[in-house]
Amino acid sequence: MTVRHLLRLLSLVAALGLWQLLTAFDVSVWLRFEQFPTVVDVAREFGERVGSEAYWQDLTDSLSRIVTGFVLAAVAGVAAGTAIARSRLAADLLGPVLEVLRPIPAIALVPVAILLFPSNEQGIVFITFTAAFFPVMVSTRHAVRALTPVWEEAVRTMGGGRWRVLGSVVLPGALPGILGGLSVGIGVSWICVISAEMISGEYGVGYRTWQDYTVVDYPGVLVGMVTIGALGWLTSTAVEVLGRRVTRWLPRTESRAEAPAPRRSPSWGRSLAGAADPGPLTSTKEA
Amino acid sequence: MTTPPETTTASTAPAPVLAPPRGTRLTLRDASIGRQGTPVLEGLALDIAPGEILTVVGPSGCGKSTLLRTLAGLLPPLAGEVDRDGIPITGPDAERALIFQDDALLPWRTLRANVELPLAIKGVGRRERRARAEGWLERVGLDGHGARLPHRVSGGQRQRVQLARALAGEPRAVLMDEPFGALDAQTRAGMQQLLAEVLRGTGATVVFVTHDVDEALFLGDRVALLGTGTGRVPHVLDVPRPRDRTAHDDPATVELRRTVLTSLGT
Repeated sequence: MTVRHLLRLLSLVAALGLWQLLTAFDVSVWLRFEQFPTVVDVAREFGERVGSEAYWQDLTDSLSRIVTGFVLAAVAGVAAGTAIARSRLAADLLGPVLEVLRPIPAIALVPVAILLFPSNEQGIVFITFTAAFFPVMVSTRHAVRALTPVWEEAVRTMGGGRWRVLGSVVLPGALPGILGGLSVGIGVSWICVISAEMISGEYGVGYRTWQDYTVVDYPGVLVGMVTIGALGWLTSTAVEVLGRRVTRWLPRTESRAEAPAPRRSPSWGRSLAGAADPGPLTSTKEA
Repeated sequence: MTTPPETTTASTAPAPVLAPPRGTRLTLRDASIGRQGTPVLEGLALDIAPGEILTVVGPSGCGKSTLLRTLAGLLPPLAGEVDRDGIPITGPDAERALIFQDDALLPWRTLRANVELPLAIKGVGRRERRARAEGWLERVGLDGHGARLPHRVSGGQRQRVQLARALAGEPRAVLMDEPFGALDAQTRAGMQQLLAEVLRGTGATVVFVTHDVDEALFLGDRVALLGTGTGRVPHVLDVPRPRDRTAHDDPATVELRRTVLTSLGT
């Protein structure tokens, strides 16, 4: 535990302490803390809810909505982005429609979702999908267009066809860029799941939070907010971790990963027949 | 099946399918080549014999890379004929491998996985292609390095892997676009030696583009000189064999180099 760790911890504790003081003494200086629950209230409420089945029901409902919508968006976004980047026909057919729809914030589609879909559930998933689709589609399109042309030429002169180029060059090569879109997408998705639940949901963390607000259960609202934050962090981190796993091949500028052993003097310019470098090979796993 | 599975696809192709020659004959007849309708070279005529090593020299921008991409089938000729064994080249295939200056290895694949790629495309089984890839890495002096990623090895090593990858696909022609252009002089000399050794066994036709006259003379059976501008028929010189580095000051070599440099206008 260094001084810096201590400072960081202190910062959090101080914030909570300030909250507790402001609310416990019902401070009202322009900002009004009379109605605001104290940290202790929130903690007690949280303890109760975690023990109840309804809390976990809400949690899994929200998670399953975002996972469904996000996975569908990831697949559709990568497919559409790749098609637009690789085919002029796809760009002409899909491009205009998507460009017209893109500036509409997904949450503004709530009325449309209610009109179109037979159940609220599907409507919420639709909104989540739309939210994540555009960032993924746009980043895929850019990443595919920015690929080094030589990679494709090399594979084609090995006899590789369209699908081989797609599977062996385009998708793996665009992956780092696609991941950027996925990261943005999961964040926007989460915002939209919560908002859509608040507007039209049955169950779910967003629905519960709004419900608590309408029945003046303010500690419950705060518990909802904390839960929303935690789940948002969880989903974003999941995407982030997954992303780092699949792009371990990327050259890292800061040489943290390769600090201890691997770098020995490069063996070029030495004997050619069997460049004698039995040396420590990096244990990078095979792609 | 009573009919032979594949009869010769063109009347001009040499008949016996049983034992095809390893090298391809590459022919350009009155060909205009270039990108997107803009010719870089016009009226080009060139006949490259099976198993021959033809080096192509010329100033930058003279269309050397365009020539290779046309022979690979990546660019269609704008006019005239570009053939392999008498059959028009209509697109890229595994028969003519292309080797680039740098950065052509797939960076997310290990060196061995890169070498395995042409074998995977041909449908060679996992174990078999792994063994063959290891064999090729050994032949270019990189045994034991197969698990490394391209950006973790030197530029010279990457070019050796490119060579291994191209040859692993057993192409009948290898088209090389300044493959040693980004290497320092010492590495380059070693790579030239290695290339000469490795190619010896394959019998593949080689078209090797470079702007280094000495490299062209050392590697080539013949040297084609491309000038700038359109409407040039390349000047093709025979290089006498055998030759080696010690023959650098040999009067014949000096004379040849002078001829090349003069016709390039330098």
